Amino acid sequence: MKSGTKPGLNRDYRLPASEGEMIFGTGDVTGNLTAVNSGWRTFRPVIDGGKCVRCLLCWVYCPDGVIGKEEKDLTVDYDYCKGCGICAHECPRAAISMVREVS
Amino acid sequence: MAIDYKNLSDRELIYGQKSCPGCGATIAVRLALKILGERTFVCLPACCVSATTNVYPETSFFVNNVVTAFPATGSTLAGMAAAAEMQGLEDVVILGVAGDGGTADIGLQALSGLCERNDNVIYLCYDNEAYMNTGIQRSSSTPWGAWTTTSPVGGTAKGETKIRKNLFDIIAAHRVPYCATASTSYPRDFMEKIAKAKNIRGARFIHIQAPCPTGWGYPAEKTIEYGRLAVESGLWYLAEYENGEVKLNLHPPKFKPVEFYLKGQHRFRHLTEEDYKVIEDQRDQEWALLEKKIKS
Ligand SMILES: Cc1ncc(C[n+]2csc(CCOP(=O)(O)OP(=O)(O)O)c2C)c(N)n1
Ligand code: SF4
Ligand code: SF4
Ligand code: SF4
Ligand SMILES: [Mg+2]
Repeated sequence: MKSGTKPGLNRDYRLPASEGEMIFGTGDVTGNLTAVNSGWRTFRPVIDGGKCVRCLLCWVYCPDGVIGKEEKDLTVDYDYCKGCGICAHECPRAAISMVREVS
Repeated sequence: MAIDYKNLSDRELIYGQKSCPGCGATIAVRLALKILGERTFVCLPACCVSATTNVYPETSFFVNNVVTAFPATGSTLAGMAAAAEMQGLEDVVILGVAGDGGTADIGLQALSGLCERNDNVIYLCYDNEAYMNTGIQRSSSTPWGAWTTTSPVGGTAKGETKIRKNLFDIIAAHRVPYCATASTSYPRDFMEKIAKAKNIRGARFIHIQAPCPTGWGYPAEKTIEYGRLAVESGLWYLAEYENGEVKLNLHPPKFKPVEFYLKGQHRFRHLTEEDYKVIEDQRDQEWALLEKKIKS
């Protein structure tokens, strides 16, 4: 599940039909996500809430900021997790396993 | 300011960017923005961060940002700071984010001018130790012995032949109000430095080592591990310059052998035991210089 604090895909985005509709720099828009990154992943991190002690090391080290800490258990935004494995590698409790994605 | 991860915002101000899995540079920017907040105006030159956050029509910064010419970060920042002042914007942070090539090489002159004028900005240089965005060319921050496409290995060539510039010393020599080094593997230390910089006026410079799985050649999950090994083996140090004084934030009681750091990285895999010795000697000389500067 994904935490509500994280940005998401802009599903309303349509490619510009004319020059006038084109985005020109950040004066027009910031934070416009038009594609997910989930397809980059071979393995997905799965957090075992029972083993997690909430040290938040995974949360702080995750380059993509996809781990959420607002819920009782940590959440992962699988739309934008790239499966780098840093979270699992750094977890001091071995609470995160990297599970192969099935296609 | 003591940083407690629990109390930091769960919101992200950089998200969905197309950087490689495990990218250290992305960690640096993400954590800096956590402390600086939404009223940050970012300026970036050509580099991995600008290239991966602005893939039209996608924009992965959730704060205002501008991409400037490769050598122009310092001068663009100066203009932004002047504009903010003219408009009476008191609550904004002007943040430069640039790579090592954009900082130690092509952007050095503009950065020097910025420091000399003491313009009111924070300049964050993330150091992945080469020109990565264009396919791994050496910079003046590439360490001795490292393979890059322009410091090749083969025949008599053994990778980079020159000793890297010390940016921390270069900027401190401008007598700026704040200058520090950091590492993405020491996020608390880094965020404390960003928080400190936020509350200082004038030119503030933070140089953060940001390991790069693609350019250094190691598995993506080891970004934090390698950054930690660099510090533990004395090949990177965590220091601050403030009020004319240099302070060390962490002194490894005994350095780990450099081979733990060097061995698993593709860019160093041609190095021999003798080369490790050369690197240890260089390290010891660097630390001798550093220790002379530290107030005892
Ligand atoms: C004047 C100029 N020369 C060359 C380039 C091509 N260029 C773009 S980014 C880059 C390398 C940037 O290296 P660095 O600053 O270390 O950032 P990194 O890519 O490693 O993040 C180069 C050579 C350019 N954009 N402008
Ligand atoms: S690193 Fe491990 S123990 Fe710490 S918060 Fe993450 S999952 Fe929990
Ligand atoms: S695998 Fe990488 S991107 Fe995904 S949650 Fe872990 S650290 Fe973040
Ligand atoms: S090349 Fe290195 S610095 Fe650039 S996006 Fe990839 S991991 Fe990050
Ligand atoms: Mg670089």
